[in-house]
Amino acid sequence: MNLWLIPLLPMAGAIINGLFGRRFSKTAVTAVGLAFPGAAMLWTWKAALQFAQLPASAIPHIENYGPWLGAGDFLANYGLYLDQLSLLMALIVTGVGFIIHVYSVGYMAHEGGYYRFFSYMNLFMFFMLTLVLANNYLLMFVGWEGVGLASYLLIGFFFLRDSAAAAGKKAFIVNRIGDFGFLIALFLFIKHFGTLDFTSVFEKVAGFPQEATAGLLTTIGLLLLVGACGKSAQLPLYVWLPDAMEGPTPVSALIHAATMVTAGVYMIARSHAIFDRAPIALTVVAIIGCATALFAATIGTVQHDIKRVLAYSTISQLGYMVLACGVAAYSAGMFHLLTHAFFKALLFLGAGSVIHSLGGEQDMRKMGGLRQHIPGTFWTMTVATFAIAGIFPLSGFFSKDEILYRSWASHYGWWGFWAVGVFSAFLTAFYMFRLWFLTFFGEFRGVPAPEQHAKRTGQEHHAESHHIHESPRAMLIPLIVLAVLSFAGGWIGWPQALGGSNHFERFLAPVFEAHEASAHEAVAAGPVEGQAPSEIALTVTATGAALLGIALAWLMYYKRRDLPAKLRERFQGAYAALEHKYYVDEIYAWLFVKPVIEGSRNILWRVIDAGAIDGTINETAEAARDVSNAFRRMQSGNIRSYAGWIAVGGAAVVAYMVWLGVK
Amino acid sequence: MFNDHVLSIILFTPMVGAFILLFVPKENKNAIRWLANMFALAGLAVSIPLIPMFWAVKDQPGFKFLEGVPNNWIPSIGAGYNLGIDGISFLLILLTTLLGWISILSSWNAIQERVKEYYIWFLLLQTGMLGVFMALDMFLFFVFWEAMLVPMYLLIGIWGGPRKLYAAIKFFLYTLLGSVLMLLGILFLYFHHHTVTGVYTFAIPELYKTAPQITGTAAILLFFAFFIGFAIKVPMFPFHTWLPDAHVEAPTAGSVILAGVLLKMGTYGLIRFSLPFFPGVAMHPKVRLFVVTLSIIGIIYGALVSLMQKDMKKLVAYSSVSHLGFCTLGIFVVNQAGIAGSVIQQINHGISTGALFLIVGILYERRHTREISEYGGISNVMPVYATITMIMFLSSMGLPLLNGFIGEFTILQGTFIESKVWAAWAVPGVVLAAAYLLWLYQRVYFGPVTNPKNEKLQDLTPREILTFAPLIAAALFIGIYPKPMFQILQQPVAQLVQTVRPNEAKPVMATHPLATPVTAASAAVPANKPAAPAKTSSKPRPAAVAAVRSN
Repeated sequence: MNLWLIPLLPMAGAIINGLFGRRFSKTAVTAVGLAFPGAAMLWTWKAALQFAQLPASAIPHIENYGPWLGAGDFLANYGLYLDQLSLLMALIVTGVGFIIHVYSVGYMAHEGGYYRFFSYMNLFMFFMLTLVLANNYLLMFVGWEGVGLASYLLIGFFFLRDSAAAAGKKAFIVNRIGDFGFLIALFLFIKHFGTLDFTSVFEKVAGFPQEATAGLLTTIGLLLLVGACGKSAQLPLYVWLPDAMEGPTPVSALIHAATMVTAGVYMIARSHAIFDRAPIALTVVAIIGCATALFAATIGTVQHDIKRVLAYSTISQLGYMVLACGVAAYSAGMFHLLTHAFFKALLFLGAGSVIHSLGGEQDMRKMGGLRQHIPGTFWTMTVATFAIAGIFPLSGFFSKDEILYRSWASHYGWWGFWAVGVFSAFLTAFYMFRLWFLTFFGEFRGVPAPEQHAKRTGQEHHAESHHIHESPRAMLIPLIVLAVLSFAGGWIGWPQALGGSNHFERFLAPVFEAHEASAHEAVAAGPVEGQAPSEIALTVTATGAALLGIALAWLMYYKRRDLPAKLRERFQGAYAALEHKYYVDEIYAWLFVKPVIEGSRNILWRVIDAGAIDGTINETAEAARDVSNAFRRMQSGNIRSYAGWIAVGGAAVVAYMVWLGVK
Repeated sequence: MFNDHVLSIILFTPMVGAFILLFVPKENKNAIRWLANMFALAGLAVSIPLIPMFWAVKDQPGFKFLEGVPNNWIPSIGAGYNLGIDGISFLLILLTTLLGWISILSSWNAIQERVKEYYIWFLLLQTGMLGVFMALDMFLFFVFWEAMLVPMYLLIGIWGGPRKLYAAIKFFLYTLLGSVLMLLGILFLYFHHHTVTGVYTFAIPELYKTAPQITGTAAILLFFAFFIGFAIKVPMFPFHTWLPDAHVEAPTAGSVILAGVLLKMGTYGLIRFSLPFFPGVAMHPKVRLFVVTLSIIGIIYGALVSLMQKDMKKLVAYSSVSHLGFCTLGIFVVNQAGIAGSVIQQINHGISTGALFLIVGILYERRHTREISEYGGISNVMPVYATITMIMFLSSMGLPLLNGFIGEFTILQGTFIESKVWAAWAVPGVVLAAAYLLWLYQRVYFGPVTNPKNEKLQDLTPREILTFAPLIAAALFIGIYPKPMFQILQQPVAQLVQTVRPNEAKPVMATHPLATPVTAASAAVPANKPAAPAKTSSKPRPAAVAAVRSN
């Protein structure tokens, strides 16, 4: 199927724009920047059609292109791997990616470095597609590191702002900490299995029974989880994602919502053969996901920056996906990954449209009443808001419902996971509708000032934005496409309990069942009868929680707008903790950053390097000089002094002989 | 003619250039520059035909392209002009000819004083370095080893920065201390060989046969006599403090050569002498733990200290300590992946850190300061330069598809097979590398231009781009298609591992007790290994050498 074209087409676009974009006209940059990812999308569709014709025995479809890295007894190839899971990811990445590229044409139209932006975006597509299509962990790691690089470059895109550069650096370094776990897991694969190829690794893993206690697979699973925590912004490594909002909004939509941050979820789902046999690791995954979903949702309720609300929302939603993986409901996690890609991309792009219309304003306290001014943005964002809140029959309802149900009913489920999940769903609905009411309802509270945008990017443009204006068509059409997908995209996973047939789960089933047959214990992710209440009952409860959240938001931010201030007065301590994001950044700075920096400067460099080592060397050198000086004085050229020295020497010899005699 | 003496031709091309420069009047600076560049380029050009020639014989055991018969130089003491290379020295020679040319090209504007002497010394240095990698005679080796010390000393001492004398003398004394110890070691081996065989010779292949027979305290002392000499050169913690001073004071080209090639003599010495001469000591658990610990301290320590530097060149210098820590770690895990990775990392370090010094030098040439706080927002005024810098930073921090990753990953993989703990301690070095390089990038390149002096900086000239082009190409090539490198290193490394740990079976995989019986998976394990990884002849090396010579 020539799968290599899928990642390499965007790479070609990145190279062309990167090398020659400075000399291109804007139209040419746009053409190149859109044509190559667009072609990759079309090629993915073509591959999907061919894939549909393949017999089950020919899946996964693997293409090998040649050797890459090998020393000792191990060799990693350049090879791509297409099964239902990677096909799904490739479709999401190219599809949503292309839509966001189109949107960027409008959004970035007035920004400096237009060519550079598209070059980096295409570069991101290359690495992301490498990540999802790789046929071995090492090539996956290429994509894994590469998307981090692209994210670094794109966050730093507004590199005139110091905060943007710092955010980009933070993202990269925190991700590298996660990579520590990933790398060690790779070494364990090499040491114990001698290969990093998915097929061979999974075949060998299939020979292992389920581990009752922590063994090799549990170790590998936990290490992979460390990597996933970095990339998918889970506790305790989530800290980079909110700061990453410094990047342009299309970047937030593409990288920090729809695709890159889901890489950790994809990686866990891809490695499910390992997790299936390591229940301890699975439980840790579930706990991390569950805790992250709640933790981030609470912070999201008090943020003022529209993009930061969405950032914490993303972290929280990623927590849901990780939770799903942790209860071995991988296809539910992937389902939420899909619907989340639609509605969260839409939310970010919509927020971008809001920001664009206000000339760069991101503070929700200075918005309000925008629904008349930007109706297109309003209606599309409304769809997304209902979708993420999990209201029937929008896409988010189906995927979140599936996760919540499995988190209790699955073999690895627990009512506690479900309860936290439902509470987080309540919070999700609350903060999303808080955003919705604050932005689109009430009176306009800000001053549309064109200089704000200019200040933000350090460039003089947007002089026309004296009044609040709807975004250009290049931005609106992507919003509408995503709105349709956010609305109806969940129907492919209509659960059987509600009279559907859940095509989605059946599509992915071969991936997640392939290795289960060989496991010694039955580890079906399916529900176990009698363990949990019926699916309908759980669905109704979850929807009720969401409606409650909406009602509360309506009360506080529409009906009684004095309430938030009163509550803030009443619960000052808790509010401050939330507003400062539980002081996690401060704690990390105090615990890790400061000791490393101060210790390196004051102890390692000043004391050990300059003091101990160099001090010793210089002392030795000086001592040698002093001794030489002393000897030099003996050669004074003065006969009498020589005679004196001879006398001293003679006396010493005599003394020595006497001493010998005494002994 | 060319084929028989290819090594000598590569070795002496720069020296001939130095000799010819003697006759050019020193006022004629441009003629001197042109001539020096031509000879540097010629030095690179004559090494190119070696690539296909070596490729054809890469799988033959022993040293290749031998020149001279033993003891032909000073027969009375058994010293000979013997040259020969294997895959390890082959790669280092290519690195040397490439970096030599780049350094000389980069000096065009930087050196305005005493131009003639500068180029003469630089070309002599080039010959000295090449000789170290080619010598198959301990005496010859030592001559080159010492000979290259003098030009480097002068390059720092004459064309260096404000504290050049302190730095030059420190460099000289440190290295001299190592050399003296090594000389004692060489003499001991020489006389020991005579005691055993009745023959006085410095021929390395001969010494390979007798040196490992030394045991007990003598072997330990000898090991450390060599080890300290090499460890200073590398430099390993805690012998590294000469390096930051030498780098900060040296002219740009001097730094490039110092980091790119001179440090590799230390690692080369460890591979070529320390391991095969004293396998018993090198494999002794305590010695090994000691060396590995120093390497890991170097990795972490170098990275942490470089995080805090205010001077860009010092930052890069300390990062070298960290990178070289990976190289020595790889050597002393003594397996195929570790040593092959180490050699590749040595090449990578030459490429990446060489480029980093050039990068610093370009700013220094324009602003005459290396203080990080003097800069900011450089990417606005010098976009091409900023892009090239980013690529080389990424290569240095080990981003996949660039060269640094290949070396680091392979070393860590080899380390992990020996000890999980060692590997776990070394991996944070990778995290820290990202930290100090990205922080540097943020401070120097991102942000607005805060210092008015930086507003009018000129972007790269074509000559400057030319100095970077081969390095970027090499970084990409090694990163994307490292297979040829591994193929070149397969035979010499396998032979070395076989020599050093002959009795140990290769690490067996899939030893997990649960992995074996269940499916056919375990049967597939042996088939996974590449064919004939360690097919060394059981005969000692000289026999193999003779076999090649008779061809």
